[in-house]
Amino acid sequence: MALSTDDVRHVARLARLALSDEEVEALRSQLSDILAYAEQVGEAAGGDVPPTSHAYPLANVFRADEPHESLSPEEAISTAPEAEDGRFRVPKIVGGEA
Amino acid sequence: MSTVTETTYEAVIGLEVHVELDTRTKMFCSCAIDFGGEPNTRTCPVCLGQPGSLPVVNREAVAAAIKLGLALGCRIAPTSEFHRKNYFYPDMPKDYQISQYDVPICLGGSLRVDTSEGEKVVGITRVHMEEDTGKSLHVGTSGRIHGADYSLVDYNRAGIPLLEIVSEPDVRSAEEAKAYLTELRAIVLALGISDAKLEEGSMRCDANISIRPAGQAEYGTRVEVKNMNSVRSLGRAIEYEIARQIDMVEAGERIVQETRHWNEDAGTTSTLRSKEEATDYRYFPDPDLVAVAPDSAWIEQIRAGLPELPAQARTRLRDELGLPADRAGTVVGNRLVGRLDEAVAAGASAPEAANWLVNEITGWAVERGMEPAEAPVTGVQLAELVALVGDGTLSTKLAREVLTDVLEGKGSPRGIVAERGLEQISDTGALEAIVDQVIAEQADAAQRVRDGNAKAIGALVGAVMKASQGKANPAMVNELLRARLLG
Amino acid sequence: MSELVTRTAAELRDLLAAGEVSAREVAQAHLDRIRATDGRVKAFLKVLDEQALAHAGDVDRRRAAGEPLGPLAGVPLALKDILATKGIETTCATRILETYRPPYDATVVKRLRQADVVVLGKTNMDEFAMGSSTENSAFSKTYNPWDLARVPGGSSGGSSAAVAAFDAPLGIGTDTGGSIRQPAAFCGIVGVKPTYGLVSRFGLIAFASSLDQVGPFARSVTDAALLLDAIAGHDPADSTSIPEAKPDFLAGIDKGVQGLRVGVVREFMAEGMEPGVRARVDEAVARLEKLGATVVDVSLPHASYGVAAYYLIAPSEASSNLSRYDGVRYGLRVPGETAEEMMANTRAAGFGPEVKRRIMIGTYALSAGYYDAYYAQAQRVRTLIIRDFAEAYAQCDVLVGPTTPSTAFTVGEKVDDPLAMYLNDVYTIPSNLAGAPALSLPIGLDEHHLPVGLQVMAPVLGEPAMFRVARALEADLAFDPTPRGANALETPGGAAA
Repeated sequence: MALSTDDVRHVARLARLALSDEEVEALRSQLSDILAYAEQVGEAAGGDVPPTSHAYPLANVFRADEPHESLSPEEAISTAPEAEDGRFRVPKIVGGEA
Repeated sequence: MSTVTETTYEAVIGLEVHVELDTRTKMFCSCAIDFGGEPNTRTCPVCLGQPGSLPVVNREAVAAAIKLGLALGCRIAPTSEFHRKNYFYPDMPKDYQISQYDVPICLGGSLRVDTSEGEKVVGITRVHMEEDTGKSLHVGTSGRIHGADYSLVDYNRAGIPLLEIVSEPDVRSAEEAKAYLTELRAIVLALGISDAKLEEGSMRCDANISIRPAGQAEYGTRVEVKNMNSVRSLGRAIEYEIARQIDMVEAGERIVQETRHWNEDAGTTSTLRSKEEATDYRYFPDPDLVAVAPDSAWIEQIRAGLPELPAQARTRLRDELGLPADRAGTVVGNRLVGRLDEAVAAGASAPEAANWLVNEITGWAVERGMEPAEAPVTGVQLAELVALVGDGTLSTKLAREVLTDVLEGKGSPRGIVAERGLEQISDTGALEAIVDQVIAEQADAAQRVRDGNAKAIGALVGAVMKASQGKANPAMVNELLRARLLG
Repeated sequence: MSELVTRTAAELRDLLAAGEVSAREVAQAHLDRIRATDGRVKAFLKVLDEQALAHAGDVDRRRAAGEPLGPLAGVPLALKDILATKGIETTCATRILETYRPPYDATVVKRLRQADVVVLGKTNMDEFAMGSSTENSAFSKTYNPWDLARVPGGSSGGSSAAVAAFDAPLGIGTDTGGSIRQPAAFCGIVGVKPTYGLVSRFGLIAFASSLDQVGPFARSVTDAALLLDAIAGHDPADSTSIPEAKPDFLAGIDKGVQGLRVGVVREFMAEGMEPGVRARVDEAVARLEKLGATVVDVSLPHASYGVAAYYLIAPSEASSNLSRYDGVRYGLRVPGETAEEMMANTRAAGFGPEVKRRIMIGTYALSAGYYDAYYAQAQRVRTLIIRDFAEAYAQCDVLVGPTTPSTAFTVGEKVDDPLAMYLNDVYTIPSNLAGAPALSLPIGLDEHHLPVGLQVMAPVLGEPAMFRVARALEADLAFDPTPRGANALETPGGAAA
């Protein structure tokens, strides 16, 4: 599958990766090669074969509705690159919820 | 002169409602759910999306989903899956939300609502489970996201279980939408799975609205409207949006598929983001979670434990307790069925007890910002009050005072009556004495009555009531005055 | 150089239990070995001297007081820097987590502590476990003790090299497409990928959730089984954790291969292997037959699609697992005018090229319009591979074949050709897709004196048979895991051989 530069930019946007023009071009060619190789899965299985998402089939793994001790707010915030008033601080959010 | 064709338009509305469950812990971790705490005090590696953390499903949340599904007449899926909904946003700890996609836990139910045009059945497409996001505080001039300088994120809410209920696009008017939301809320409250407060966000409703010329089969372009924080708001927003779309179409403009924000103060909807650039959520089955396959034993156990639902209660109150339909509806809507049943069990007549519940008791609660069901009077006390009026001990007027005392915690009705000496005076002899005295004092009024002015008797009745500290039996007073003055 | 470092874990455990040596001495000997060698091998990102000696000291104190101790008390271990260690940097060899200190311990880390294993340090790896050479680490390369101009394999190259270099008798790695087995083969040691779900993933920084498994490195099969026993078992914090009791890995381990059926995978023995690898594998299979196994020819017809399926499934899951690295809650943050810009800048600066490549592949494969042809189709191939294994195991107890098509390649040789690098995993990937266990056993050297690994595969929860076959062959071959060759690391106690 040959990818266009637009394809690459679109995917980079979905993945929130800021790419330079050089990176876009390099990725365009690498991804095209890798996907061309990966496409052989198309010939391997018919649509009647069910997809497997879990190798070991389990069901109904649940947890009782019993509270545990949460992290202290200091611990919760301890990894924050920027914090204010006990909250994680981020630059202004422009887009509405995606 | 040109001929203007008038087209009638039909609105097509689908509603998406989110309900925040009041389980003790979050959907995928054991952090306690605790509203209004200090920020980031109810978090753990899982709901903070720390590297290496993994989700484990809360059994109670699944039970709640099954309860709601059964109450809405849905099929419970023999097996359902969790999917990841991928998108980036600072209040999303993992930058994906664990939700359900093409295999939700409940499918295909319906909700009957009553409107001015009769009964309406709204189809329910599905009910599924997902997790809530954190909350962002936008710091800047308006506190709204537009124009903010920066934002502060609190993850206490992240991971709280949500049920999403999607209706078929069967709703045709603001009235139907409001009825749907009201009934859905009543069901959720009856099930006890959420406090479903629209103003606080524990129940949220978004509307998908389109219009089409009446008779056309094709749907028009759909607009999503968000931010309606009350049933009334929902109604207003829908009416506004329908009108807006009709105006646009009549003016030859194309309706843009987008998400709009309802502005309560302005009474308008405005563009939030265009759905044409809709995010590709790249749903895929969450590899960290396994299938949910409730067995029929569990489902039947839940079904057997379902409380009486609002529709069932309304029917019973009407058919078995003899209440008029709209009175039954109000009792149920105000969550007073239990109270009524208690009162009836203690001997009160249903219509009388219902009267008190719907009028005085509800009024008292609402004045104090409480839910009617929170009013501190038991069904037994209510039955007592009704009995005291019934046997002539109390006039209705005095009974209201006694009720207020009961609500203020001053004791039971009989106790209060005894303490305050409020027994109604129905003894003819005692009343006659007061009546005679009043006639003597109010000679002019008395004369007017003799002369044929029937209305003047009111003042005399009032005077007798006053002289007896309200305890005189008004009907008897009336009779005695007539007898004295009109022979 | 102390000869304590040449001991197996089982031997050290027994020496310690007999009081012939203290845990502190054992820890110190290994820390000294690390100091002497890691300048050249660069297996470790962080050596935890203080913590290791403190834990060792505590083991000694408790032993002296007659207090109960874990089954591997005092035995040192090298831990891949992909498992959360509370309060201690866990970098996953990525810039985006360079200074990240988890507020919690991974379940495996807790179990190691309960076993009283002494963790010596956090080892190097390919960034986010993506790679087959450890050259994708954001911080440094690791070098193969058998030839310091060559790679140790990846992504668990650091732990593998550490064990091969005698820095520790035990190592912990992770395997998603071969990342324990391939470095084990390249470094001449034993590496095991357990049955999916046998070892908890709670606290394992996720690459591909349906494939990742934590597993042991060791210089003997028995040591590997002992370590697996210490970490395996149900964990309620991991929903994919197998609820049943773990198998007994050790009970039948020395029973030999008499009466066992060993399947040789036809597709794995076709072309693609280096001659030196082929020769050693053929000899190993012949040895198994001599030892009493029945050798059977079996087919895994869809195995050849495994790499293609894997390089759609793994990046897809990874693209989602790595979304959380957005500069908001932990890790690197690169400024931006808006939150969205900050995220994109942070991820651009924090992720290396291979990681970006895989995120892009995965995002694409899951995107609207492509999901069915790519992701869903790959999962169908997965179903077929699982069925192939089921059919094969109807005819045999274990499967054998080469672990890798080649022995260790030189540093820089494949780093510019992603696809060539991916093809290293052709024999290892099918087990990951099927969730079945597999082990790599060193079976000899090729003509360049580089180790060759034999892969022994078993059905789901079939580790006992897998260990038993490997043990029998190990005993028979008596492979010496001491790195030797012109460019090898010097041996403990002597100069380079």
